[in-house]
Amino acid sequence: MIDIGLGHYLTLGAVIFSIGIIGIFLNRKNIIVILMSIELILLAVNINLVSFSIYLGDLSGQVFTLFILTVAAAEAAIGLAIIVVYFRNSGTIRVEEIDKLKG
Amino acid sequence: MIAHAIFFYVFSVIAVVSAIMVTVSKNTVHSVFFLILDFISISCLFIMIGAEFLGMIMLIVYVGAVAVLFLFVVMMLNVAQQKNQWFVSKDSSRHIPIGLLISVIIFFELIIVIGGWKYKPDLFNSAKSSLENGVSNTHSLGQVLYTDYIHVFQISGMILLIAMIGAIVLTFRQREGVKKQSYLKQISRERTEGVEVLEVASNKGVKIDD
Repeated sequence: MIDIGLGHYLTLGAVIFSIGIIGIFLNRKNIIVILMSIELILLAVNINLVSFSIYLGDLSGQVFTLFILTVAAAEAAIGLAIIVVYFRNSGTIRVEEIDKLKG
Repeated sequence: MIAHAIFFYVFSVIAVVSAIMVTVSKNTVHSVFFLILDFISISCLFIMIGAEFLGMIMLIVYVGAVAVLFLFVVMMLNVAQQKNQWFVSKDSSRHIPIGLLISVIIFFELIIVIGGWKYKPDLFNSAKSSLENGVSNTHSLGQVLYTDYIHVFQISGMILLIAMIGAIVLTFRQREGVKKQSYLKQISRERTEGVEVLEVASNKGVKIDD
């Protein structure tokens, strides 16, 4: 318990990943919270990469965390732009009412 | 070592609790604030285990840019006060057990992977890399980022550019009734449509219509 190792960080990453999955499934309110859950999942992946990179002494994990950060920022910007356009057109972003595609 | 453990548990408990609050809080603005708290505590963890450049970048990019973007959108769209009904509504409550089941399964799969991991005995002593050569984390990241990973770095720059263009194109709209300068119209004006020479008869004056 006292000796913090790689396993503790990986467990933290697994917990946050699962919370992100729960957030995607359970959220019925609006789609912004789903985007936030995706951010949580990417954060959990970052935790795994950084802890492996530190404990194995290899820098490539941190470099790829940097690129994941870039992609997450781009994804958030595009997703929020799509949400803004959808809200402007249909006046709602509740998850149940987004059914124009009838999927 | 004890301080390391205490700080790890404090920050990870804050991170997990705020991650739960992101998903369950009724008000979307509160979710965004808990997301910010989550990012801050995770970046504290990153700084603690020695990835200080990434911790600072997380603070700048996520807390400074992404979370503020979320906050702007939440406030612009006026969805903050929508009631969260996922534990009262009948037709949507059937998603809860499925979601819980799937995420619990994923969690146990990850735990099985971690728990079955056999560490090499000299793993953690072998390469505590950068700090021992007197090179800071930022310095060593910069040394590989601009040499070995230069193409990936440039591709990530292109991704950011495309994201910027895409967001602008998506949210751009032409407004009605806004007067604008049209350079093409201005520079393609000819003398013949601007000036007209008239014969003025004396004592009559001239009448110009339009």
